[in-house]
Amino acid sequence: MLKDITLGQYFPGNTVAHRLDPRTKILLVVLYITALFCAGSFAAYGLMAAVLAVCVRVSRVGLRALVKGLKPVLFIIVFTGLLNLLFTPGEGILWAWGPFHVTETGLRNAAFMVLRIMLLIMGTFLMTYTTSPISLTDGLERLLSGLKRFHVPVHELTMIMSIALRFIPTLIEETDKIMSAQKARGADFESGNLMEKARALVPILVPLFISAFRRADELATAMECRCYHGGEGRTKLHVLQYQRRDYAALTLGVLILAGVIALRACGL
Amino acid sequence: MSDMIETESLRFAYPADEGQKPVYALRGVDLTIEKGSFVVVLGHNGSGKSTLAKTFNAVLLPAGGKVYVEGMDTLDQSLLLAIRQRVGMVFQNPDNQIVANVVEEDVAFAPENLGVPTEEIRRRVDDALKAVGMDEFVTHAPHLLSGGQKQRIAIAGVIAMEPDCVVLDEATAMLDPVGRREVLSTVHRLNREKGITVILITHHMDEAEEADRVIVMNDGRVELDGTPAEVFRQVTRLRRLGLTVPDTVDLLDRLRREGLEVPLDALSVEDCAAAIAETVRS
Repeated sequence: MLKDITLGQYFPGNTVAHRLDPRTKILLVVLYITALFCAGSFAAYGLMAAVLAVCVRVSRVGLRALVKGLKPVLFIIVFTGLLNLLFTPGEGILWAWGPFHVTETGLRNAAFMVLRIMLLIMGTFLMTYTTSPISLTDGLERLLSGLKRFHVPVHELTMIMSIALRFIPTLIEETDKIMSAQKARGADFESGNLMEKARALVPILVPLFISAFRRADELATAMECRCYHGGEGRTKLHVLQYQRRDYAALTLGVLILAGVIALRACGL
Repeated sequence: MSDMIETESLRFAYPADEGQKPVYALRGVDLTIEKGSFVVVLGHNGSGKSTLAKTFNAVLLPAGGKVYVEGMDTLDQSLLLAIRQRVGMVFQNPDNQIVANVVEEDVAFAPENLGVPTEEIRRRVDDALKAVGMDEFVTHAPHLLSGGQKQRIAIAGVIAMEPDCVVLDEATAMLDPVGRREVLSTVHRLNREKGITVILITHHMDEAEEADRVIVMNDGRVELDGTPAEVFRQVTRLRRLGLTVPDTVDLLDRLRREGLEVPLDALSVEDCAAAIAETVRS
């Protein structure tokens, strides 16, 4: 039951979307998000949705997987949508009841907000779906390497990230084991109210944390035994290299952002 | 010089609680391990065998005495990386020593740390995976492999440093019999074909049968030291140390006590059968 967590899940494949340099994809997502915040008309949002649709098509990631990614944030989407819908002041009141009132601007804002969040999440998920966690952290490390000059521990942070990703399956497996062990001794995780359910988790979390600390200790020793001494003088098995397709994709991304800004300038 | 590792009256104590005397895990160990040899270190829990192993690549530093790795003093901080590159260490739990979530990335971890050029890393990764017979798993996710396979990846990760010596600290303890056999045959092959010195720390007596040398640890000291035949002949002494002897030796010992004059140093099942047959015939 714990096995199907889709947090940053990766769907292996060999499409252009998969083969793009991770740095390119991170930059494209940044461009996409910027464009989303610049968009201010249905035309612009239509363009953004079309761009996403093309990317989804190219990556061959099923639309269903992307929509599934929206599920955990459904509450936030509905909440911000309602908030915008019911509380935006403005002319042209269409409906009012007590403190609530729906205005034309409110309707527009709500629609834009919902679209924005949905596209933002789907765009980001598309990146994690087509990029393996290890190349993602690799890309991040390379992109942020300039910050090392300002004493930002970039290598350390990305190392922490990649080890965390590495241990997710291990810890999930362990949680399953501990739960089974507790169930075998009569623990009950299903019944009771929320408080009782939360309290039932304590006997899982305590051994899980203890074992995680022990694992961390052993892993640190094992890393030191393999001559780990920080990012200084480290080389890489896979060296990231921008290809022609990366330049093409980035140019396209910048053009789309420019297009969205142009639309806004034209008041569309 | 042909010594891989040399210890001189090596002592080690784990830090004790305040006001208590430190407990010595090692109390004066003098050993010389030759290059290219296959050494098995036996001992029951708390005998100091794992502590001893950890002093071999400066994970633990001696509290008294010295450890030399190819003549390099482990107390010398500036030699740390050189020592660790020469003596690789494989631990008990395969899950807690695999760093990356792709097999090849994990094997590449040590050469990356050593600053080996990219093409050379590629070659080393492929060679190491071939050496442990895992070359078809290059792009697999380690957590989906079996225990024995994971442990072979861990060995490959160490081999990729091109060490002269591999220390396996109870590396077979968590494995099923199949996994144990995989790991053992792998290290035996590495020892035979690449001339890598192997130090195998274990509490499985049967893993010692094919070794060049067996060292039995007890209470922080070397209790017995010799060829497997020499060591296992001392059945009563081993039993007193809380160690079980291999089934073959156990059988021969019992036959002797029944008055049959069989030799005690036939370790493999074949030798044992032959020895008994010969004695019965005469």
